[in-house]
Amino acid sequence: MGVYLARRLLQSLLVLVGVSFVVFAILFLTGDPALVLLPPDASAADIAAFRERMGFNDPLLVQYGRFLRGALQGDFGQSVRHGEPAFALVVERLPATLQLSGAALLIALAIAVPAGIVSAVRRNSVLDYVATVTALLGQSMPTFWLGIMLILVFSVWLNVLPSSGRGGLEHLAMPAVTLGLFTTARIMRLTRSGMLEVLGQDYIRTAFAKGLTGRPVVWKHALKNAAIPIVTIVGIELGTLLGGAVITETIFAWPGVGRLSVQAISNRDYPVVQASVFLLASTFVVVNIAVDLVYTYLDPRIRLR
Amino acid sequence: MRPAAAARAGVVDVAAWRGSPALREWVALARRLGRRRTAVFGLAVVVLVALAAVAAPWLMAFDPVEQSIGDRLKPPGWRDAAGRLHPLGTDHLGRDLLARVIFGARPALLVGVAAVLISGIIGMITGLLAGYFGGRADDALMRLGDVQLAFPFILLAIAVIGVLGPSLPVIIVVIGVSSWVIYARVVRGAVLSLREREFVHAAQALGARDGRIVVRHILPNAFTPWLVVATLDMARVIVIESALSFLGLGVQPPTPTWGGMLADGRVYLTTSWWLATFPGLAILVTVLGINLFGDGLRDTLDPRLKV
Repeated sequence: MGVYLARRLLQSLLVLVGVSFVVFAILFLTGDPALVLLPPDASAADIAAFRERMGFNDPLLVQYGRFLRGALQGDFGQSVRHGEPAFALVVERLPATLQLSGAALLIALAIAVPAGIVSAVRRNSVLDYVATVTALLGQSMPTFWLGIMLILVFSVWLNVLPSSGRGGLEHLAMPAVTLGLFTTARIMRLTRSGMLEVLGQDYIRTAFAKGLTGRPVVWKHALKNAAIPIVTIVGIELGTLLGGAVITETIFAWPGVGRLSVQAISNRDYPVVQASVFLLASTFVVVNIAVDLVYTYLDPRIRLR
Repeated sequence: MRPAAAARAGVVDVAAWRGSPALREWVALARRLGRRRTAVFGLAVVVLVALAAVAAPWLMAFDPVEQSIGDRLKPPGWRDAAGRLHPLGTDHLGRDLLARVIFGARPALLVGVAAVLISGIIGMITGLLAGYFGGRADDALMRLGDVQLAFPFILLAIAVIGVLGPSLPVIIVVIGVSSWVIYARVVRGAVLSLREREFVHAAQALGARDGRIVVRHILPNAFTPWLVVATLDMARVIVIESALSFLGLGVQPPTPTWGGMLADGRVYLTTSWWLATFPGLAILVTVLGINLFGDGLRDTLDPRLKV
């Protein structure tokens, strides 16, 4: 198990190096970072001076080394727009994004796992039918449209929920449901198919044959085995949630990293863009290490590898 | 004449093709797929949307970009002074909403097909190489995939499009280049088991070169999982295209895009609900159709595939 974990940690480290390289490369997409960072009306002399000051004339590898050293210390430069350190700006917004993604994930798990189990146990019942159709709709619905429709119904027509901002639960409700719907649908379908597969296996038949009744067999024997793919998908879905937060936060004016980065892109505030992409990607990597730990608990075979 | 020889000679020998095992397999597959009612329904929806997109200029009485400021924000079912019906009403510039929704299918489907082809081809090549050769190359390619997956996709896409500027080719390439991982993983998984099969060992024993084995023996067998992934991924790409145009980073106005129309509709949400409602329904119906067809395809071809 120690070897397995060490290998996973090393792999994650490599992934983070790759992430840092891509984040660094964002500025060089057009070939000249000075033109990206400076306003379009900057004079040639300004551009030359800026290039010299920022070290854009150095070899690329030297620049990357400097970028990486800064990134490791949380230094992505000053925000062009706010005049504050970019990383601090992003970190300040991180709790809002984590709250939103966390709430979305909680909603998804709280609905999807029980619904998926019931759906599988009572296959082809009305409940199963309703759950399956809902999941299919949820997977096909664009997040931002759902958000807008919720605002239309609950803020414009019924006037019961605020359409924007962060505050109490009433502020969290619509963004969390919007963000969580796709994940709910996905986890539900996975739970259903996983449970169906497990319920058809010999050891479940054995458990029933021993005289155990439905409930313990479903919840103890079957769920623990069906949970393995669910845990995997939770790790992956967190990436979907962090990415989806970009859109959801924009719609509901939720003051998180996603909205900040969309604003930063339209303001050409690239230090902030780099810092937020780096932070969101690192969060994703760290969560997936945690998912691997849960994995080794659920599936002892992994420890032996 | 064998089909391959016939193709080389430039003649199509129909009788030989009809007897070809590959073709027979595809026909049998189509039959089985045809028995799944939801899959057929999904395919019908997709075909209808595609036909509407192609035939849009002949189908619609209205020009999707023609403005008529006097007739702005009219509700669905409204008739203009000439007595012409606007079934879905008009938008904030007096443009016919139905015409815009139907024309909006064009960028969505175009980006969907083109981006899926790009990422599918990259992923197919990567998956074949990683799965067949294994070892260091495999490790390196799969780590590259992990790096790719660690990024919140939409954020990376808007960062890149923000720098390069939004245009149809940029959007297609950005989505295409960053969506290859799922194809690579699925193809690699298929190749890992295929390369241990007897027919591959037989080809190796006969002295066939690696390139020939991969292209002639492994690729055709890894194609079905690839096709399932490609179908379901197109649904995802269409949602992404509309999300990008919603953020103003898609195909630029006045060309109608579903995402762009939604962004406009959001502004007029308090007074004109139809502006944001119908383009979203168009996305929902299209994506639902693709998903239904893709699910049917998966259940028919490869029920154990986890996508």
